Amino acid sequence: MSIASSTAPPVPAAGTAPDPAVHLRGVTKSYARAGTGGPPVLEDIDLAVPPGGFTCVIGASGCGKSTLLSLIAGLDRPSSGRVDVAGGHAALMFQDAALFPWLTAGRNVELALRLRGVRRAERRERAERLLALVRLDGARDRPVHQLSGGMRQRVALARALAQESKVLLMDEPFAALDAITRDVLHDELIRLWQETGCAVVFVTHNVREAVRLGRHVVLLSSRPGRIAAEWTVEIPQPRRIEDAAVAELAVEITEHLREEISRHARR
Amino acid sequence: MPAADSDLVEAGLDALDAPARRPVGALVRLRRSVLPPLLAVALVLVLWEAVVLARWEPDWVLPGPAEVWQSMLGALRQGEVWPSVGQSVLHGLLGFVASVLIGTPLGLLVGRLRPLRVAVGPVLAGLQNLPSVAWVPPAIMFFGVTPAALYCVVLLGAVPSIALGLVSGLDQVPPLFLLVGRNLGARRLASVRHVLLPAALAGYVGGLKQGWAFAWRSLMAAEIIAVSPALGHGLGRLLKQAQDAGDMGLAFCAIILILCVGVMVNLLVFAPLERRVLRSRGLSGPDT
Repeated sequence: MSIASSTAPPVPAAGTAPDPAVHLRGVTKSYARAGTGGPPVLEDIDLAVPPGGFTCVIGASGCGKSTLLSLIAGLDRPSSGRVDVAGGHAALMFQDAALFPWLTAGRNVELALRLRGVRRAERRERAERLLALVRLDGARDRPVHQLSGGMRQRVALARALAQESKVLLMDEPFAALDAITRDVLHDELIRLWQETGCAVVFVTHNVREAVRLGRHVVLLSSRPGRIAAEWTVEIPQPRRIEDAAVAELAVEITEHLREEISRHARR
Repeated sequence: MPAADSDLVEAGLDALDAPARRPVGALVRLRRSVLPPLLAVALVLVLWEAVVLARWEPDWVLPGPAEVWQSMLGALRQGEVWPSVGQSVLHGLLGFVASVLIGTPLGLLVGRLRPLRVAVGPVLAGLQNLPSVAWVPPAIMFFGVTPAALYCVVLLGAVPSIALGLVSGLDQVPPLFLLVGRNLGARRLASVRHVLLPAALAGYVGGLKQGWAFAWRSLMAAEIIAVSPALGHGLGRLLKQAQDAGDMGLAFCAIILILCVGVMVNLLVFAPLERRVLRSRGLSGPDT
């Protein structure tokens, strides 16, 4: 069985398939003013994440992974090209859970609902359901600082789901967690992804994590950040991070990544 | 079944991460928080008495703790000091509330608007360094010896502290919080209300605390200098009266009352407020 195909992710044929959940066309982002200094951070990125897709973006530091997410999240504008997001809005998660420490776990989730205009009567009940979804129904009234790193990320996940976006963007969300907790959260994320059907763009520097989670893996080059290679991961879920097939593809992708990084040594 | 395994592992991790609470008894807490300051006060009294017993100065220049206690009891019993305390506290609180109402929007604007910060920030910092007693003569010349002059001095003392406290609180708001707020859909006022202000609250409370201290000090300075029936008879006035009468006992009595008001306001208002803010953010232990 082939575990990967190095072709581009299936671009939906016009008219038949639904629009992508995330669609980047010829996106270039440069922080330098026109004509001065340095290469752009991102150059000519074409990326389509289908509805309910799961695309992992990997690359060495300085490849513009986080910039890519900022553009999709609408926190930043591309210098040229187009960014289209289904529903016009994407929920965003970071390595730091960034829960508001003056609110309890439940109130953090409720705030997301409140800012979307959900009525007070409904907020409490919906926040409770969302916390139950990440199996933290018992932690509603706990102050955030009493939660472990993994629990905080799950609250952040519940808060992101409260936004009911069709797209979830994750910027190395599990990088600061210990291996067991990360493993558990991988299962949790896949379960929620399958339940909610949202499209996920997941940035990581951990190749194994990318293969463990993603349906597609995109490798970005550095300076400028361009799409250097793409893989479709055809290992069925549920996968485990220690699966031989996962390891095998991870080795192949890591090889590409190493090559990509060593190009910079010769300059 | 990997999924079931994972659920169990997750439940196990959560259980292990539950905070282990160490209950602290009321008696222990009392011993920890009340005993040390009492000891410190006792030590000061002992040193004071020792200096008096050494007879470096005649006792009308430096009365002992017992004499001051006596004259304090006398003054309290005569009842003339209570109106002074009441009047000063009223002036102080009104001035402080006005300072909060002015200092808060000012701090918010200076903290968030760069041009305003460049223009006004150094002025505020300078004002904070200026002893507010310096404002008493111009305030009296401008307003005459009226309550307006007192409030003017109090405001000039307290507003910069409150505004700068809020500014430093705003400076410490993690940019990530603002980003998350934006992603959650908090725009402008909603962002100020739900993200910026709560995130800056610790610095703001620090500014309020300092603002009160400055307000109280400024008021005392103004009361000592400005004398008029229109201003009534505050604690500062009492101090001045003691000086005129050469009554060291009364002077100490006034100073102790001024101290007591400051300490009480801190203890009753700012200490609990600060503790609550810090504790709810996990910045201090569950017991102090």
